[in-house]
Amino acid sequence: MDAEARAIRADTRRRWGLALPAVAIITLFSILPLAVVLAYSFLAPGDFGNVRWQLSFEGWFGVLFERDIFDDTISLSDAHLTILGRSITLSLITTLITLILGVPTAWFIATRPAGQRAFWLFLITIPFWTNLLVRTIAVQEMIRSDGVFNRLLLSAGVIDAPIQMMFTNFAVLVGMAYVFLPLMVLPVYSAIEKFDFRLAEAGYDLYASRLYCLRKVILPQVRPGIIAGSILVFVPSLGAYVTPRIMGGGKSMMLGNLIEMQFGQGRNWPLGAALALTLTALVLVALVWYTRLTSGGGRRRG
Amino acid sequence: MADRAFDIRRLPGAATLAIACFVILYIPMVILVANSFNAGKVIGRWEGLSLQWYLRAMENETFLAAARTSLILATLAALIATLTATMAALATTRSRGFRGEGTIHIVLNQPLMVPEIVLAIALLIIIAQIKQATGYTGLGYLVIAHSAFCIPFAYMPIRARLEGMDLTLETAAADLYASRLYAFRKVTLPLLAPGILAGFMLAFVISLDDVVISDFLKSPGQDTLPTYLLGELKRNLTSEIYAISSLLLLISVLVVAGSWLLSRKKT
Repeated sequence: MDAEARAIRADTRRRWGLALPAVAIITLFSILPLAVVLAYSFLAPGDFGNVRWQLSFEGWFGVLFERDIFDDTISLSDAHLTILGRSITLSLITTLITLILGVPTAWFIATRPAGQRAFWLFLITIPFWTNLLVRTIAVQEMIRSDGVFNRLLLSAGVIDAPIQMMFTNFAVLVGMAYVFLPLMVLPVYSAIEKFDFRLAEAGYDLYASRLYCLRKVILPQVRPGIIAGSILVFVPSLGAYVTPRIMGGGKSMMLGNLIEMQFGQGRNWPLGAALALTLTALVLVALVWYTRLTSGGGRRRG
Repeated sequence: MADRAFDIRRLPGAATLAIACFVILYIPMVILVANSFNAGKVIGRWEGLSLQWYLRAMENETFLAAARTSLILATLAALIATLTATMAALATTRSRGFRGEGTIHIVLNQPLMVPEIVLAIALLIIIAQIKQATGYTGLGYLVIAHSAFCIPFAYMPIRARLEGMDLTLETAAADLYASRLYAFRKVTLPLLAPGILAGFMLAFVISLDDVVISDFLKSPGQDTLPTYLLGELKRNLTSEIYAISSLLLLISVLVVAGSWLLSRKKT
């Protein structure tokens, strides 16, 4: 008994020793910095960036409110609410667009003959692995004032002057839907690929309509993949920085750009820290909702 | 059955939308590459095939320095991430559960749960202080920061490979009086190699892909390829940017094709 306990303890110690370098690097360079952000969000801003070591709730206050410079009246911060609302709305619409395009694509790939699937998957994997900035530059060329669309429309005589599409919510939406589309296709594909189509055929043989089959037989099995894909698109959209910066500029900022601004020109580090934690909290809410949804489904099935 | 032609797999409209999806994905990339070979100066006005933008990039010292930095950074970060992730994967698989397993699991996945921009400002706060205190402004900060967020990506394929591995071979080695280390080197490691290689490639591409964290942490003159591109983009859109972007695209295609061939060989 004693020897067994000792062996278990030795095994635990050996395993911790092996995991230690990775755990230490992440703790020091990912978890600890977040703790510092939490601390900074409760300090007062310094004059030239950084902070003064003085307890202050102004950072958190500034996330949603603003104080009038002259008479100190408190009101909701329109600018911040607009950006917060835009971040959530655009991320939701991005998820919707990628669902509409991604799910049929995943279906298409999963229903190809086994030998052809690899080729179609390969076509999805290439943009998936291509640099996000490069893909943003590519999609920018499509819709900028001198870009592909405007040139085509001008030469066809449909318009007389280029349409200004850049630096709008539309541009950010186009950019995000484009760069995050592969993230939707892959998890949905793996869910459909696992689906046993004989089940659907059985349903059909039992006089279920095609729509009924789809809703009652196929969808419940494919749902986890669709949920995973939605989370994989929604979460990086919410925290997106590069794509909105290029496509939206200063006019159509998202939360990530607002955070960056507090550490650049804004020079309000505590506000930036509070905004960053707000964003993290939103992401965590989405992730918790996701685990609830998937584990709940598992329980029902089991 | 009367209705033999019916196939539940054939969903009306799915193929059309799927083809549209592939077209949408590829047209911007094809146009980007085409623009990089344009002989003319104006983007979008085709004046014949030319390599001039690539040649110009090859003479551009700033670009070459950025390419060097990116390569060194991605290689070092991927090496550190793969090594530590392999050790961590060996620690967390093939056990009946041990104290702290859950904690290790949460820590190793933590970088995936935080938006990149948040991690970037968090690291900026800390590293700005360290830079001031020590006076060291080298590439070390970027290497260690990249290693941290690359670990989860290296960890996933290695862990998956380990979990799918057959234990009997190692048991056999142990039965034949192989020492633990010898069995690891001769049996476990060769079997694990494809997972480690996949992990390394993933970490390498993830590091190469990063814009935000590098942009926040770099010292002057430490541009990586993506931060260099981002800086140039702010100034002026040139065909040279498209040439450099096409080169980055080529790297991705090569890595994907490489891992594809590797995974085919495995089976």
